Amino acid sequence: MSDAALAAKNATRPLRPTRDVVLPALIFAIFALLPVIAALAGKQYLLDVGARMMVFAVAAVALDLLVGYAGLISFGHAAFIGLGAYAVGILSAHGIGEGLIALPVAVAVSMLFAFLTGIVCLRTRGAYFIMITLAFGQMVYFIATSLAPYGGDNGLTIAARNTIAGWPLIKSDRAFYYFTLLCLLATYLFCRALVGSRFGRVLRGAKENATRMATIGFSVRRFQLVAYVIAGGLGGFAGFLLANLTEFVAPAYMSWQQSGELIVMVILGGVGTLDGALLGSAAYLLAEEWLSGITENWKVIFGPILVLVVLFARGGLIGLGSWLWRRLPHA
Amino acid sequence: MSATLFLVQILNGLQLGVLLFLIAAGLTLVFGVMDFINLAHGVQYMLGAYLAVAFYGLVGNFFVALVLALAAALLFGLLLEFLVFRHLYDRDHLDQVIATFGIILFLNHAVRVVWGAAPLTLPVPEFFTGTVVLMSGLLYPVWRLVIIASGLAIAGGLYALVTYTRIGMLVRAGATNAPMVSALGVNIERLFMIVFGFGTMLAGFAGIMIAPIISVEPGMGDNILILAFVVIVIGGIGSIRGAFVAALLIGLVDTLGRSFSVDILRLMMGPSPARMAGPAIASMLIYVLMAVVLYVRPAGLFPARGS
Repeated sequence: MSDAALAAKNATRPLRPTRDVVLPALIFAIFALLPVIAALAGKQYLLDVGARMMVFAVAAVALDLLVGYAGLISFGHAAFIGLGAYAVGILSAHGIGEGLIALPVAVAVSMLFAFLTGIVCLRTRGAYFIMITLAFGQMVYFIATSLAPYGGDNGLTIAARNTIAGWPLIKSDRAFYYFTLLCLLATYLFCRALVGSRFGRVLRGAKENATRMATIGFSVRRFQLVAYVIAGGLGGFAGFLLANLTEFVAPAYMSWQQSGELIVMVILGGVGTLDGALLGSAAYLLAEEWLSGITENWKVIFGPILVLVVLFARGGLIGLGSWLWRRLPHA
Repeated sequence: MSATLFLVQILNGLQLGVLLFLIAAGLTLVFGVMDFINLAHGVQYMLGAYLAVAFYGLVGNFFVALVLALAAALLFGLLLEFLVFRHLYDRDHLDQVIATFGIILFLNHAVRVVWGAAPLTLPVPEFFTGTVVLMSGLLYPVWRLVIIASGLAIAGGLYALVTYTRIGMLVRAGATNAPMVSALGVNIERLFMIVFGFGTMLAGFAGIMIAPIISVEPGMGDNILILAFVVIVIGGIGSIRGAFVAALLIGLVDTLGRSFSVDILRLMMGPSPARMAGPAIASMLIYVLMAVVLYVRPAGLFPARGS
């Protein structure tokens, strides 16, 4: 049975306690306890690593909606992160440091861009879709590099983190960490509800066989466009968080390599499982943290690992986990 | 905006277009015949340039280095095909994208390990140094003309190869319907390998030819790969003719857009907003062009695959 068919079957079955409740609960519990562990171990940099993991997890979960559930391989997802981040940066450069303004603007701009490019992109299928999203991502990248008033190539430093309703609520790193955790939790629950809904089932049906879905009366492209806009908005959301985390925005946030890395996170964790996106982004950033301690050119090691994962470990970490689980002797 | 400047920029645009064609030709064939998305095509262009610099350092003659680098690029490409790519032909596009992305990460940093992160240079072969007077007041570097000429010659040769030879016929048939070609008894694996090796060599050749006029550095293939994708999407995947037309179109639009956008905008607005908006609009132009083409013709200008 193909992965997609398996996922489609999973949609109609009741919750499986181990995978559907315990695994995500475990992941979020680890994230929640990380600041405590970091403080006890005296390794404050773990806080920063954890926050980065969660920010990219927001984007990866959104991308998994497209790649894993709708079968739309978007290779320009970093553009939405960039748009969200630049919304924060540009507003801040004009003295507007209010999160309640910056967040809606970041999300709205990303959704608008997703809507406009989605109309064109979704006219194409398969490989054309990959390339056209890639190209639109590059377009935003080059626009950002030519924005001389906002730092151009060098990027833009943000004076301070956004305030929430005038209060510096997320100023401290730990407060920001838990704010990000809440954001990730909200994103995850939202996407999970979406995937399980009728809307999600139409998307999966279209992934399996678009012609058949169209024949039974669904306007497939409209559903896909809505999914694309939602994923874009969540990407902008991640960008808002990233800009606040680093207090800096740069065109590099939306380079096509970044888009590639987001897809890698989704694949590494296990495509078509939202938990996989959480695991994948954590695993990617851990690998970066660990391997870059060994050599500055850590991608020399990571690249071949990626090839091996594709060749031999289909289903990513989630797939590997359930393979091991099946091998275990069960009572 | 004098006439000579305009002509120089047209030649520059042609040169970029020819370069894009050399890269896009291999990409579109590999894609058209094998339905294989090879993101690593850009690093093969980069590798060509690095190999040329390395062999030039050994033998001290550009043309010997060219031949050696081409052979080495081909060997390396075939090695990659043997180790990785052939296991991916029957996988979905997502797997292909991720695996070839892994190869990009590897090679971009491997050249850094081997040759260092600093940009390298390759001198223009002595016979072709200097400039030539094309008309009064119009000087143009000889090497750029050599690039244009050799690119056009290869385009012509490729056209003849694809149109008039048996292997070309198989390539065209493969781009239209690969399973049918295989069912008719053609050894499709061998055809794939030939097409792949040929594409690798073209990309390597492009890298070698451009090496004397740009700096050879890690990641130099990344942006050109995206441009090549734009080219093959506009031209229609699998079509050499489409790749040629689209490559020249993109080369000219991009170069002319970058050179004259500020001047054109100044006709409509003040100098300072024009200076700001000009570069941004120029960098958007080709993507807007692509969007328009795809909106009107979702399979590109010259679609090869029969649908």
